[in-house]
Amino acid sequence: MRTVRILKDKSVRYLMLGIAVFTVLFLLIIGFSLLFKALPIMKEKNLGTLLFSSDWKPFKGNFGFFPFIISTLYVSLIAILIALPFSILISIYLNSYASKSIIRFFEPVVDLLSGIPPVIYGLWGTLTIVPLISNKIAPKFVEFSTGYTVLAGGIVLAIMIIPLLISIIVEIFRAIPGEMTDASLSLGATKWQTVKKVILRRSVPGIIATTMLALSRAFGETMAVLMVCGNIPEIPHSFLDACYPLPALIANNWGEMLSMPSYESALMFAAFLLFIIVILFNGISRFTLNRIEKRFQFS
Amino acid sequence: MKYLEEKVFKVVMVIAALVVLGVLLYILGTIFLKGLPALNLDMITKLPGGGFYLGKEGGVLNAIVGSLYIICGSVLISLFISVPLVMYINFYLPKKSWFSGAIRFSLDILFGIPSIVYGAFGFALMVFLGIKASLLGGIIAVAMLITPIMMRSLDEVTLLLSHDLPDALLSLGATRYEMIKVILRQLLPGLITSVLLAVGRGIGDAATVLFTAGYTDNIPVAFGQPAASLPLAIFFQLGSPVEEVQNRGYASAIILTIIILILSFSSRVISSKYSKNKI
Repeated sequence: MRTVRILKDKSVRYLMLGIAVFTVLFLLIIGFSLLFKALPIMKEKNLGTLLFSSDWKPFKGNFGFFPFIISTLYVSLIAILIALPFSILISIYLNSYASKSIIRFFEPVVDLLSGIPPVIYGLWGTLTIVPLISNKIAPKFVEFSTGYTVLAGGIVLAIMIIPLLISIIVEIFRAIPGEMTDASLSLGATKWQTVKKVILRRSVPGIIATTMLALSRAFGETMAVLMVCGNIPEIPHSFLDACYPLPALIANNWGEMLSMPSYESALMFAAFLLFIIVILFNGISRFTLNRIEKRFQFS
Repeated sequence: MKYLEEKVFKVVMVIAALVVLGVLLYILGTIFLKGLPALNLDMITKLPGGGFYLGKEGGVLNAIVGSLYIICGSVLISLFISVPLVMYINFYLPKKSWFSGAIRFSLDILFGIPSIVYGAFGFALMVFLGIKASLLGGIIAVAMLITPIMMRSLDEVTLLLSHDLPDALLSLGATRYEMIKVILRQLLPGLITSVLLAVGRGIGDAATVLFTAGYTDNIPVAFGQPAASLPLAIFFQLGSPVEEVQNRGYASAIILTIIILILSFSSRVISSKYSKNKI
């Protein structure tokens, strides 16, 4: 009887160990299989041409990813520029000023915003943001714009990353030891001075790390951006030009590529590129955030 | 002067919060206003009929059922991975081991990988295994997407659990495996909320199922058949030049939004009840 129990315990333990090892290795598995699929195109063209050429004619065998890379960066940067001020202001408000009932009211708002599926965001963007840009904003700068632009992608994306930013920045603020803010307040500083000189200053590394995390989320967002950003494979020259980020490229051309091995390999290269960038950003920011959490736990 | 600055910023902060709240209401309002006229019982009870994509009768039952099949399958797979994993790092490994740190770190990274990359990897995996775009492919891809989500939220609930219970069980002579069976019962509400969270994320994601599950007008009856899904149904219907079909896209968007609202609401109810009865 006793041996059976211990045997059960041991076998479960090894099963769990197996799952754990598999999870850690899973990242490598994804990375290597994407790389393996991307190898044909990387052998055919050199990496410099793939990354920095703007010549995108898949049916002639020219694969230059530069417009897509620029588009991805452009849209994500605009999204961050819009989302970050909002998120920091709201986080300060929730952390230092808002009453309990306001916080309790705002939590589900943030939850819902993060729960709405990308397709719904995309749909909303095409119904509201795109016409707004085409009718109201664009005429002030250029003669004509369809509204399917970098700006539209940036705005929709900004709303999608605000919940992520708020939830992590609030956590960072909470991790600041209460003694510090108390000390500042008891020395006669106003609440706002404390926010500025203590809370914000202590949170700078954390906010930078959070920004990187949000950027990496923005890089990979597919459906919502695809639906509002125009999808023209050219380098966008202003925020009122159409653009074509990497994820949209992969999603849009999936059916077509099956007929051409080099096209398939090129799209897999795009996925691999996205994977590497996201892992890099994510890794650095998670590492920083974990360290911040630990530092405050012991101080 | 220093009070003036504070007052100004306070107003700005409230405005920022109101803008975000307004955007949420704007999104929900737009979806409901646009979709309600086209929403009827046929939408959720009928398969697409002949000429559905030209504006003739039918509904999106195929997509609703397809999405449910995909999410049920992937939640099952995901449970079998995330539950043992969370138990392992919390109760088997020592408290500050490098291995549990490595597992949590890699899950954090996996959590950040875009769904389109999971879709591409899932597709590569299916080619390797010789599976076509099918229900099974969709289940595998979505399972990859939601496992890190489920595991992280379950881990958070588990970390909140008091250590008296495991200590008491172990000192009574239970093996760790027996201890975990008891602890899981204690964790059940937390487990349910993390499943709901994962379902919400998985059911709304289009990029993973785009290459892996395919699309069909029928309800799949085997794992090898393609399966339709709601987000893709919305996406395809919106792309149609026919106005009736577009309107049905809006109606499908309402269906998906309502599902998300219900999931979000019920997980909130469960977690608030749970925090009242926590030992």
